[in-house]
Amino acid sequence: MSTTSAAPKHARPSGSGVEPILSVEDLQMYFPVKSRGVIRRTIGHVQAVDGVSFEVPKGGSLGLVGESGCGKSTTGRLITRLYKPTGGSIGFEGEDIAGFSPRQLMPLRREIQMIFQDPATSLNPRHTVGQIIGAPLVIHKITGKDGVMPRVKELLEIVGLNPEHVNRYPHEFSGGQRQRIGIARALTLQPKLLVADEPVSALDVSIQAQVINLLQDLQREFDIAFLFIAHDLAIVRHFCPEIAVMYLGKIVEVADRESLYTRPLHPYTQALLSAVPDVRQAAVGGRRERIRLQGDVPSPINPPSGCRFRTRCPIAKDVCAKVEPPLMQVGPRHKVACHFAGELGHHPAVPVTGIDVEGAATGGTVVESAGPGFEDTWLDLSTGQRTGA
Amino acid sequence: MSSSTPTLAQGVGTGAGASGTPFLSVRDLKVHFPTPDGVVKATDGLSFGLERGRTLGIVGESGSGKSVSSSTILGLHRGSRAMVSGEILLDGTDLLSLSDEEMRLRRGREVSMIFQDPLSAMHPYYTVGNQIAEAYRVHNDVNRKQARARAIEMLDRVGIPQPDRRVDDYPHQYSGGMRQRAMIAMGLINDPGLLIADEPTTALDVTVQAQILDLLQDLQKEFNSAIVIITHDLGVVAEMADEVLVMYAGRCVEYGPTKQILTNPEMPYTWGLLSSVPDVTGDTDARLVPIPGNPPSLLNPPTGCAFHPRCTYRDKVPGSLCTTDLPELTPAKSGGFHVRRCHLPDPAAVYAEEVVPEMQADMTGEPIEETEK
Amino acid sequence: MFAYVIRRLFVGVIMLLVMSLVTFLLFFAGPLDPARFACGKNCSEAQQAQTSKALGFDKSPVVQWSDFVKGVVTGRQFPDDPALRKAAPKLVTDCPTGCLGYSVVSTSTVNKEFKEAIPVSVSIAIFAFIMWIIGGVLFGVIAALFKGRLLDRGIVGIALVFFAFPTFFIGQLFLQFVAIKWRVFEVPDYMSIAEGGIGAWAYNLLLPAFTLALFYMAGYVRMTRAFVLESMGEDYLRTARAKGVRQSRVLFKHALRAALTPLVTMAGLDFASLLGGAIITETVFNFNGLGKLAVVAVNTYDLPTLVGLVILLATFVILANIVVDILYAVIDPRVRVG
Repeated sequence: MSTTSAAPKHARPSGSGVEPILSVEDLQMYFPVKSRGVIRRTIGHVQAVDGVSFEVPKGGSLGLVGESGCGKSTTGRLITRLYKPTGGSIGFEGEDIAGFSPRQLMPLRREIQMIFQDPATSLNPRHTVGQIIGAPLVIHKITGKDGVMPRVKELLEIVGLNPEHVNRYPHEFSGGQRQRIGIARALTLQPKLLVADEPVSALDVSIQAQVINLLQDLQREFDIAFLFIAHDLAIVRHFCPEIAVMYLGKIVEVADRESLYTRPLHPYTQALLSAVPDVRQAAVGGRRERIRLQGDVPSPINPPSGCRFRTRCPIAKDVCAKVEPPLMQVGPRHKVACHFAGELGHHPAVPVTGIDVEGAATGGTVVESAGPGFEDTWLDLSTGQRTGA
Repeated sequence: MSSSTPTLAQGVGTGAGASGTPFLSVRDLKVHFPTPDGVVKATDGLSFGLERGRTLGIVGESGSGKSVSSSTILGLHRGSRAMVSGEILLDGTDLLSLSDEEMRLRRGREVSMIFQDPLSAMHPYYTVGNQIAEAYRVHNDVNRKQARARAIEMLDRVGIPQPDRRVDDYPHQYSGGMRQRAMIAMGLINDPGLLIADEPTTALDVTVQAQILDLLQDLQKEFNSAIVIITHDLGVVAEMADEVLVMYAGRCVEYGPTKQILTNPEMPYTWGLLSSVPDVTGDTDARLVPIPGNPPSLLNPPTGCAFHPRCTYRDKVPGSLCTTDLPELTPAKSGGFHVRRCHLPDPAAVYAEEVVPEMQADMTGEPIEETEK
Repeated sequence: MFAYVIRRLFVGVIMLLVMSLVTFLLFFAGPLDPARFACGKNCSEAQQAQTSKALGFDKSPVVQWSDFVKGVVTGRQFPDDPALRKAAPKLVTDCPTGCLGYSVVSTSTVNKEFKEAIPVSVSIAIFAFIMWIIGGVLFGVIAALFKGRLLDRGIVGIALVFFAFPTFFIGQLFLQFVAIKWRVFEVPDYMSIAEGGIGAWAYNLLLPAFTLALFYMAGYVRMTRAFVLESMGEDYLRTARAKGVRQSRVLFKHALRAALTPLVTMAGLDFASLLGGAIITETVFNFNGLGKLAVVAVNTYDLPTLVGLVILLATFVILANIVVDILYAVIDPRVRVG
């Protein structure tokens, strides 16, 4: 578990795209579970986030999808350091902020901002819009008292609200407008990274599109990087060129959107995608076959051994309970964590991770988890050899 | 205002045919709430019909009146200040003319409802089994033991593992999907002819949503019930509904067979709904085409067509018809019982020439299952 | 659950220790020397010093406090003077385990004072509690049922009146008119069950308890009304109605049960603080309960009695809190310990 970011464990190969603004490695968040005896001892941990690594490029966006309880929101809160991680590193512009003290975090709060799901509850009802949006300026003493109002009005205009409404209260706005206020507040300090946690799921359909378009415009105009957390696969796909799928505290697959949505290799991603109702598909004739997942997501206090998805996986074998599959790179921008990774209907019969069905190492190299970024060479699933571009 | 709707209601409902009124027939339903600021017309002249074994999807945004209409069918407005007029015929009986006690005896037995958030829709202090059994005991003269046995049977039917053990759990001990299954068990325990599902999967994850939709479809086949599914999600409608009714500002703006509505919509609001939702197979460089503005206030709805302030096609309508006259529900070009409420002289042509090209980028994306198989 | 109660009791004991220490420190922070009061009006400097020594007031507050704690655990003697005990054993009062101190003012142990006062206060508290819970919940539910109508406004309005009137005023009203002028009631005077039987005991409690209950009832009417209305808006009540459940059953089985939870908390704590004595009511009706004892103790600067009262009241509140939490788990399965 690296504590300094000065020497990253995985050297960055040259030419692997844009320099990342955020590089998360082996991030871990365990919430203690207390016993109920006379003396309360910690008897276990909710493994909300367990060894998550990813990168967000400068001015780019990474989508984080998964079902409730998969740890995507916790990850967002860790990045904004609303929680202090129990392990791993969060490299932000080359500095590891995972262990920063509240004092050290102060300047950082300007750089990383968050947009919340429910605009109704995340805005103080007793403050005017001007106070809400201007508060960060005052707190960080960015401008003098005279500078606040012009900036607030400018921000309101940017997010498409009437600048004359600075003295109104949040309840005087509709849901979509309130989310715009939330966005304006996040933009006040010109952040470099925005963590958007389900920014549109509380909004009406017609309003969702407005807010998504706004976020895209802002990203282009101000070169803001996004960590976009959502459960709606279609919206994430629309917004993010690169998407990570989480299940029970771990990333099971991460790839550019074309690969992920057309050639998903992890059985969970495949099931998730097949469950999304598709308007146009149904309109022209019937619906496609779903992969039915049985049961519910297991408890994160006592996650299954080996691969965490194995209890609900349609292709799980004995080895999945014994050995945890590493998150291995299998394409130029595609990583997957599955012993039997393969396209739907073409999952291999023997593990691709360099072990045999019993879990013992075969003659070949045992594949290890990749770092947060992508490397120039990867494991070609069809040949089992390392290849490069 | 909508004098043509009663006749329309008789005509619609695919199974109705010449045999008279369909199983459920709602005619010119109005639900108005007097408030100190004026009358809120939550539902204003709604008409539709539905046969047993079929599913109607009611689509609309918050405040479109879709939930109010459905809870009025169940008689949940009784005891409130709502002013209700029109007719709700269920199997030939007008539910609105029944006494409170007569209506109560039909609730849960002939019509039942499942709600959006199963956690808050279940009493936190009583066991799941207790709550399901209560629904049975209200309408059947059985003892505690028999009702419990029936509850276990229903839990088993909706796919709760170890139902004889889980029956004594409290709602908070269930997962979200299991709670919604339990709600469905509660709704179907008396084998009602009509099930109203108000956003049944909105609070659930996609994979769980798929499970619940599958379950509802299986059960519908088994019980031959009519289902009204209320949702804002066109994807859910596409998968579940035989017919779709699109609501806007308390009124029906488009109504017809699901396939027709999704492929040949003839009302700009429906176009907006279709084009503002990204698709898992669409082109990612295409910009979403949102509906501008915000949903209207029901207290003070826009004059004429309620959608006109947000409509980008109203310059194609001669004069200021859109702002002065409420369009009637008129038959769509595609025929059948597809109707829409729009002043455009030929909305089908506008859709084909202007809306589709705009969404074209979205449509050309490769369908996902071709690469999956 | 058992472990939980043990843990709570443990915390409670620590809280009591801290509170008693603070009471001691505060008491001696004042400008008055308690020995002056104990010694009497015409008291020379020497006599005062002697009294101070005899009662232990010359020691530091912390030492006095530790003596106090020791007294609670093992018992002690007043004055704690082996020589005096030998010379004149009759002058030494023995205070066994659980000793809360010795009041010079009343020349008896605090425990003995409490023994006489507690039944009075507890009787009033129980009586008033029963009246206000029944009345408050009943009228609260009625008001909620008829929300916005005349009956609701009437109940809420009357409740507001009683809430606004000070207890001493209502108490005096009852005493002067109902008892003295109209002679509907005899002037109440506490009589224990042992003395006069249950009938006389209850008869004498009726007026003071009712006075007290009226004030609390007014608050509980409003709270019950609010809680019931709140739970009427819950989704699960809609579900119950959608099942075809009778309206009365919806109200009593579904709505009231949910409204009960916050009421139990309030009621438990209110009852506990009342056990520690209803100062005004007891004074108005001249009942020798803990409340009146407190008034006298304050007036006479009776440290040991005051410390004892603080500890007693704190114990009631801490115990009530634990009982409320246990009740919570009984009412609400989500709180139940697995």
